[in-house]
Amino acid sequence: MAIIERPATEPVVAPTPTPAPIVTPSEAFGTFRRPVETTGWRAWVFTVDHKKIGVMYGAAALFFFVVAGLEALLIRAQLAGPEGTVLSADVYNQMFTMHATTMIFLFAIPMAAGLANYLVPLQIGARDVAFPRINAFGFWCFLAGGIVLNLSWFLGGAADGGWFMYQPNASVPFSPTNGVDFWALGLQIAGIASLTGAINLIVTILNMRAPGMSLMRMPVFTWMILVTQFLLVFAIPVITVAFFLLTFQRSFDAAFFSPAAGADPLLWQHLFWIFGHPEVYILVLPSFGIVSEVLPVFSKKPLFGYPFVVFSGIAIGFLGWGVWAHHMFASGLGPVSVAVFATATMAIAVPTGVKIINWTLTMWGGKLRFTTAMLFAMGLVVQFTIGGLSGVTHSVAPSDTQQTDTYYIVAHFHYVLFGGSVLGFFAGFYYWWPKVFGKCLSERLGRWNFWLMIIGMNLTFGPMHILGLQGQPRRMYIWTTERSGEGFFNLGFWNLVSSIGAFILAVGVLFFLTNIVHTHRKGAPAPLDPWDARTLEWITTNPPKEHNFDRVPTVSHLDEFFHRKYEDVGEGDAHDLRAVATAEEVLAAEQAQADAQIHMPSPSYWPIVVAATLPVIALGIIYGVYIVSIVGALLMVFGIFGWAMEPGTAPDSDFDPSPVDDGGPTTELVRSE
Amino acid sequence: MSESTTLDETATGTDATAQHSPEPPDDGHAHGATDGQYIVIALILAVITAAEVSLSYMDVGPIFIPALLVMMAVKFVIVVSYFMHLKFDNRIFSFLFYSGLLLALGVYVLALATFEFFA
Amino acid sequence: MSDAATLEAQVAHDDHGDHGGHGGNGAGHPPTTTGLSHNKLGMWLFLGSECLLFGGLISTYMLYRGRASENLGPDQIYDLPFTSVSSFVLLMSSLTMVLAVSAAGRKDVRNVKLWLTVTALLGATFVGGQVYEFTSFYREGLGFTTSLFSSSFYALTGFHGVHVSVGIIMLLAVVGMISRDRIPGDRAEVVELVGLYWHFVDIVWIVIFTLVYLIPA
Ligand code: HEM
Ligand SMILES: [Cu+2]
Repeated sequence: MAIIERPATEPVVAPTPTPAPIVTPSEAFGTFRRPVETTGWRAWVFTVDHKKIGVMYGAAALFFFVVAGLEALLIRAQLAGPEGTVLSADVYNQMFTMHATTMIFLFAIPMAAGLANYLVPLQIGARDVAFPRINAFGFWCFLAGGIVLNLSWFLGGAADGGWFMYQPNASVPFSPTNGVDFWALGLQIAGIASLTGAINLIVTILNMRAPGMSLMRMPVFTWMILVTQFLLVFAIPVITVAFFLLTFQRSFDAAFFSPAAGADPLLWQHLFWIFGHPEVYILVLPSFGIVSEVLPVFSKKPLFGYPFVVFSGIAIGFLGWGVWAHHMFASGLGPVSVAVFATATMAIAVPTGVKIINWTLTMWGGKLRFTTAMLFAMGLVVQFTIGGLSGVTHSVAPSDTQQTDTYYIVAHFHYVLFGGSVLGFFAGFYYWWPKVFGKCLSERLGRWNFWLMIIGMNLTFGPMHILGLQGQPRRMYIWTTERSGEGFFNLGFWNLVSSIGAFILAVGVLFFLTNIVHTHRKGAPAPLDPWDARTLEWITTNPPKEHNFDRVPTVSHLDEFFHRKYEDVGEGDAHDLRAVATAEEVLAAEQAQADAQIHMPSPSYWPIVVAATLPVIALGIIYGVYIVSIVGALLMVFGIFGWAMEPGTAPDSDFDPSPVDDGGPTTELVRSE
Repeated sequence: MSESTTLDETATGTDATAQHSPEPPDDGHAHGATDGQYIVIALILAVITAAEVSLSYMDVGPIFIPALLVMMAVKFVIVVSYFMHLKFDNRIFSFLFYSGLLLALGVYVLALATFEFFA
Repeated sequence: MSDAATLEAQVAHDDHGDHGGHGGNGAGHPPTTTGLSHNKLGMWLFLGSECLLFGGLISTYMLYRGRASENLGPDQIYDLPFTSVSSFVLLMSSLTMVLAVSAAGRKDVRNVKLWLTVTALLGATFVGGQVYEFTSFYREGLGFTTSLFSSSFYALTGFHGVHVSVGIIMLLAVVGMISRDRIPGDRAEVVELVGLYWHFVDIVWIVIFTLVYLIPA
């Protein structure tokens, strides 16, 4: 299978550029000395390098993906046959709640954050993000939040109110364990990660583009990340309010959501879904961005209608704010509200359709190369369309009142979440793996990975449409033969198919994990430009050096890298591409003009120190030991002071011109690994 | 999307100066108002506040609430425009802030409307 | 408009010049795409985001303000003259804050410290007033869990109070750090950023004062 069209030469060892100055500070202006290690675990824990942080985000998110996937398998094992005995009713409730919460908040959002962290600075030609320490802080908040959330499994039971935790069902009388408290505070902490991360990425994108990179020359992935981060910046505070009110309700006896005290439980639903609907675009737009990068590369054509793809992404982001109540059609909103929100919801299908058409036309007439990345991208286009279509059926309110809370909904959102986000992420994994780790994932294992996942997901989620329309309720821990009906559409058969599908899917994921191990053991170094790519992140080594680019490239085109490699010699509308430079030549030209002096932000203890105080505060609140929270808060203030007094980049006086302690020069700035 | 074109202009405008290029000469701070003007603005704010408070001791019929809301909005905009310099600063700042403000206004008014709050 | 951008870059750069001793503050250097400082963009985004936070709390209050227990509703309990005075104090702290920012622009360190301190004191007066208000409400029988009205009232004004308190800490910290020359990077910009935060807290109170105190339930 020739996936590399252009003859690739030996893996390229870039000519060593002018050595950059040594980065290790010998002393620090702050009260404490900075961490100086450049290897070992300290190099990771105290890093502020966006690439290391991106990798850590990705690894942690992948871990949570596996955890949540195992939870899903337990769910499907329970439902495989009538009167399942794998899980008790109580544990079942915790299982689907934690499955969904983990998938959404600890896998999908952070995975997108990880990819964005790694790639956005590279795609816009920057050397790091705008706020490197805040970036590190965000990662540690996410991890701390994930740990707090999952601690509940070991401390009396996890949250069990479903991922949208409707009130008053999730208040103390109905959910007496601490699970919901862990849930609210764990997600609150993870929310800090999203908020700070979003501010960081937006400022990075607005402010750190390479010369010539105007907004309309930005890669689509970066664009979609920009839209996503705007959604996060404005959606997170809404859910923050909801979580606070929930914590007040549960830990301090307020009655915000208790009808008995005269409250309106719909308040929770509004706050949740004002956040929650933008959230679904937060989950899927990054993958749309990935696909918009992968399809053009493997079709060897520019993205069809770049401005349309960008503006439809913006439109989706904007319209996404006016449709939240379509999650509440069955709650008695009243006919006017229902009509308004139903109409708005139908409208949002339009920009989504625009994207699908653009992707299709990108492939149309292209020289397609069916690499694994391409397969996943095409898989997304197909599977997401199915999910989008069933989504339109919910926008019709009368129809939705039949579908809501049935498995039909579960089918729908898995087609968009799995078929959208997850397939997109996998396309991204296969596409960018050589960039990040310097080795291409195995295409052979990749094919197994892809086909098992596609077959698995359709077997798992396809039958759920039938189950739902037959009336099987969502979040029901058991079904019985008496009520499963007969004939082709009986629940028993389709539940079994769905469960078998889930295990096939799991095997698919296992192939991916195997592929990682295999590649890292046996894989050969990847060529500099394995896919004949188009965008800026490929004008540097694999993996990039700590400072990303020896010289910040100057941009004069959309798809800058492609334009440096090819010239269009076609007449009029006919395109005839002629190779004018190899990737190696392009890189060498850049490196020949390497900057002599590059100051990179220096590692810091403070991000992890400050983030570590948050779980302390949370645990104090959950167990009502407020002194613990106060101590945590004081530690946090202390940490912030340390942070504030430490310059982000070690000052010149901190640099030791001569080699440090061990005698050898610290060359981490020029090492290309 | 006028905002993005604005951003673009700025981008290309300063891109030319690339990294490490010398800064253009400083021709002083034409930034915001003078201290005297700030004091005048604060006096205006004080007067409006006084009017607000006195209004709530008067019986002015149906214009009461609209009048209060208008005065509130005026104070808000004055502080944002002058004390926070938004009027003199780059439009990107206004875009970022007012996006959040208008979005908040939009979604919460809509949400309250579904509770028939304004009925 | 692009003049504004270049101007901003100049200001940032210029202010940095006189204490370059601490050298390369990562943020702000080298020149940015928009010519604007990272920190300021980040701050405005944060404030935009805070609008949705306070919006949520205000809406909760609006929804529940009428659901009070007898004799302990908003119209019975608020002490309008008192709150008007403390609102006025907070409003005036915005003036002193802007004077501090303006002094920072002139590199007039003495006045920066003076006005920042005055701002912090005015803020502390406001918070003191709020503590007094909460205590007297509590004495009258309005606890946090008394009614939906009281819970949402305390949640909203309490959140605002925490914001003011954080602001006071920041103001005093900046005064202290300026005195000891402990601010890495652009000093005038730090003052300006704290100023933006402070004014924001003030405008939130402008809204709360009208919606919560002036308009009867
Ligand atoms: C790995 C493959 C997956 C399988 C086999 C799976 C299976 C399931 C099943 C069977 C349910 C229904 C539980 C019930 O209603 O009783 C469910 C619920 C859910 N899943 Fe998945 N899922 C998978 C992946 C994902 C992904 C990737 C996401 C999101 C990114 C996700 C998000 C959700 C959500 C939001 C719910 C709703 C939970 C609730 O009702 O509160 N799932 N999943
Ligand atoms: Cu929705």
